[in-house]
Amino acid sequence: MLAPWFGVLAAAFCAAGLYIGFFIAPTDHQQGEAYRIIFIHVPAAWMSMFLYLVMAFWAGVGLMFNTRLSGMMASALAPTGALFTFIALWTGSLWGKPTWGTWWVWDARLTSELILLFLYFGFMALQAAIDEPRRADRAGAVLALTGVVNIPIIYFSVRWWNTLHQGASVSLTSAPTMAATMFAGMVVMAFGFWFYSIATALARARCIILERERATDWVADYARVPK
Amino acid sequence: MLPAMRCVIHRDLLLALRRRADVMTMLLFFVIVASLFPLGVGPEPNLLRTIAPGVIWVAALLASMLSLTRMFSADYADGTLEQMLLSSAPLGAIVAAKVTAHWLISGLPLVLMAPVLALQYDLPRPLLEVLTLSLLLGTPVLSLIGAIGAALTLGVRGGGVLLALLVLPLYVPVLVIGAGTVDVAAAGLGAQPYFQLLGALLVVAAAFAPWAIAVALRISIE
Repeated sequence: MLAPWFGVLAAAFCAAGLYIGFFIAPTDHQQGEAYRIIFIHVPAAWMSMFLYLVMAFWAGVGLMFNTRLSGMMASALAPTGALFTFIALWTGSLWGKPTWGTWWVWDARLTSELILLFLYFGFMALQAAIDEPRRADRAGAVLALTGVVNIPIIYFSVRWWNTLHQGASVSLTSAPTMAATMFAGMVVMAFGFWFYSIATALARARCIILERERATDWVADYARVPK
Repeated sequence: MLPAMRCVIHRDLLLALRRRADVMTMLLFFVIVASLFPLGVGPEPNLLRTIAPGVIWVAALLASMLSLTRMFSADYADGTLEQMLLSSAPLGAIVAAKVTAHWLISGLPLVLMAPVLALQYDLPRPLLEVLTLSLLLGTPVLSLIGAIGAALTLGVRGGGVLLALLVLPLYVPVLVIGAGTVDVAAAGLGAQPYFQLLGALLVVAAAFAPWAIAVALRISIE
């Protein structure tokens, strides 16, 4: 029921965030206008990591308490998380081209973000391959939890690997200190992405519930009497 | 608990011994993949020496992944796995025994084969030892993590490719640290911290993976 409202909120916050990002925030003196992609890139990267944690949380709850809804929430979150991971990678390479001169570098963050995308894909592929929904949920839950244990290990191993192989030619961490309006734009965009995630996850969860419970009376009633 | 584990290991080893072709196929795959790289990148010795640890590690990783699908599938098909789940011995222990047997069958031959392949790449002698030792510590981790994927994809359609998709991202730390060990040794720095990291990965995987495999098996069987 709440899904459309969150959708409206998402649209409002995204519009506000983009407005701040494109019209209010000052031009960066080093990177020019190109830096403005930060307003999509950084919130998407935040969400991509955060959604995996939320997904693993729901998966864990489902595995522990054997609740059905939590498994549905986990599988509803996965595509949104994968989408944000992809957006973060995509905008990152669009941003990298004008500022670093390449589409891709084997930087620790980029690499671990790419592996995160693979983890999302693995989770969705596993769920898609198993026909029985309960088994799919629980198998996905084990995988998501294994992934969550692995993410910090992956991140640190990739960081060491990176420092071993190449010098610090580009560094994301030494960004120039940020103007307050830029930060505000990013936070507002992050809220927009938050609400978008909630809206899509809820909408998707609703479809999953209806699909799985299609044999029950209440779904039949719901289908017959559109509100 | 220990007799049960010994029994499972003994049984799996015996089965593997009766079907030697499976192990040989995997080993051949390892050799062929590792031999293809010089053909692809050219026979320049310096280049080969640089890429050797990575290539041998990736080849070992792929070869050990190939044998993963067989870890539980035969037992699943003939009902042995169900009996193992019903057995009074803890499932985690049985699973640990199965993973140990799998490593003895498919991990150890790779470790023994690796120095020979490294010679093809003209790795100097001290690095051969480092490479072998890193594989010795790393391949059990591959077996442990891979077994989780094997248990999850048991009886699922498209199992083999799906297994690769699930397991390969999780292999990244082992690959990075394992191949890194040799690189560090080649650069003349002490490889000690990397060995310790590999050991730490092994300890963590050995502690948690059997439990996760057991849960995954119960999910797949019920």
